[in-house]
Amino acid sequence: MRATTIERAQGAHPLLVWIAAWLVPGAGHLWTGQRLKGLVFLVMLPAMFAIGLALHGRLFPYELDQPLVALAAIADLGIGLPYLAARVLGVGGGDVIAVTYEYGNTFLIVAGLLNLLVAFDAFDIAAGRKG
Amino acid sequence: MIVRSHFGVLLIFAFFVSTVFAVLLRDDVREQVRFGAALFGAFVLGAYALGWLMYPLPL
Repeated sequence: MRATTIERAQGAHPLLVWIAAWLVPGAGHLWTGQRLKGLVFLVMLPAMFAIGLALHGRLFPYELDQPLVALAAIADLGIGLPYLAARVLGVGGGDVIAVTYEYGNTFLIVAGLLNLLVAFDAFDIAAGRKG
Repeated sequence: MIVRSHFGVLLIFAFFVSTVFAVLLRDDVREQVRFGAALFGAFVLGAYALGWLMYPLPL
């Protein structure tokens, strides 16, 4: 398993792996041969993002005059294609009077940040820094 | 989806975050399960402890 992972990782450019991992949660680990990890991320991270939307969370806009809102927007973007799909579909407007609004925001932000962490892990695997 | 229970949402959140961290930080499946369960327990117990610590504070 370890040899297979390293062999596969050597064939992939780390930056391309990072981009794939960012766009599709788990894709970086699938690409580098870590199938079980990749499948778990592929299921868990988009599910967490979807739950955030279902809890009436908001995909924050890029308002640079409000630094915390801008940071939340960057974190939201971390989930990759699900974020872009939500934007295209017009969901993620948020319902500020919903009981679960803040919980939804937390799910959306944490899903994005976790996916960025997963993407950097895939980058390290592809770069040969991790087995 | 209606999850109005704060504790219910906490459990769901703790489950997802614990699972992702366990799979990310451990390679062996048995270690992943053990680490994930410990993390999940820490999330839930930590939230309870913080909740009780904040209980006497005014809103």
